[in-house]
Amino acid sequence: MFATILAETPALPLHTAGKYVAGAYIVLFAIVLIYVAIMAIRLSRIERDLGELLSLSEHTGTGRPNASPAGGQAGAGTERQGQQPESTLA
Amino acid sequence: MERSSRPFGYGNGLRTLSIATVIAIAVTLSLVFFYAPLEAEQGFLQKIFYVHVPLAIVALCGFVLGGLLAIQHLRTRDARWDMRSYVVIHMSLIFAVGTLITGSIWAKGSWGHWWVWSEPTLVSFLIIFLLYATYQPLRFAIEDPERQARYASVFAITAGAFVPLNFIAVRLSTEYLHPRVLGSTSNLPGSMALTFLVSLGSMALLFATLCKYELTAKHTRSQLRALRRRLSGEHADAPRARSAVPAIQHAAAASARAGVRSVP
Repeated sequence: MFATILAETPALPLHTAGKYVAGAYIVLFAIVLIYVAIMAIRLSRIERDLGELLSLSEHTGTGRPNASPAGGQAGAGTERQGQQPESTLA
Repeated sequence: MERSSRPFGYGNGLRTLSIATVIAIAVTLSLVFFYAPLEAEQGFLQKIFYVHVPLAIVALCGFVLGGLLAIQHLRTRDARWDMRSYVVIHMSLIFAVGTLITGSIWAKGSWGHWWVWSEPTLVSFLIIFLLYATYQPLRFAIEDPERQARYASVFAITAGAFVPLNFIAVRLSTEYLHPRVLGSTSNLPGSMALTFLVSLGSMALLFATLCKYELTAKHTRSQLRALRRRLSGEHADAPRARSAVPAIQHAAAASARAGVRSVP
């Protein structure tokens, strides 16, 4: 099917102008690719920070169970979790 | 219901926007290489037109949009508008780099030179690019986040007003050698005009998607910073390290403060 499509399409004159056109379009895709790579690095950094925060919250959560409303809710949540394991699994 | 329960919506619609962008770019490439006819004078080289001109238009519109968002920031004093203005200008700069590179490639193929200083369109675009290249250093030079945001907004408005003025000045110049774009779209054959408009739309979509990615990433980072300060017991308003990136942790900091105060 791909060969049929290629056979139907007009022949592209890639002799002299082809390298310039290819260069221009490669620049566009290089910019997008570089941006995606930068975003991937940032995402891994965010993931690492989240891991650190998770361990920090576990540390502070064990030391100060009612330090904040969030901590209190978390504590309540763990209690509920302990009380209703069946309903959660069901 | 799920959407209303979310506190922040920077990432909402990002997946849809990304898919739409990929489809639009695929359609554009198909139209450029398999539908649009070869131009009589430049031949295959003219295909660069479909990437270079939309990049330039979107970059210039982005600079103007950055100014409009900065106006909104000065009106409301809401740091989120400053962040939007910053991200839009940042992305426009990247698109402007793409414009300059693709333009140079086109100039080399067409005129035999990478750069022509006697060409008003090229030089004026370079001036705009260099003007906006000072935006980040300006932000970085000011330590106080509020003053930084205010000065950056004034800069964005002034420079944003300069962009259309510059465009009109180039149009009015008598020695005009560059192929006209907006004025000659109606003179293009239907297939070329359609391809150009689809290409312009896909570039605008790409711009919007990348801006949204950037906004979501920056907002997530600021939320993480606020959370880290909250967990480590540091005050939410503690001075941060010098940065050119706007401080948008006001909402997160406010909620953190409210959380701390509500402790009985």
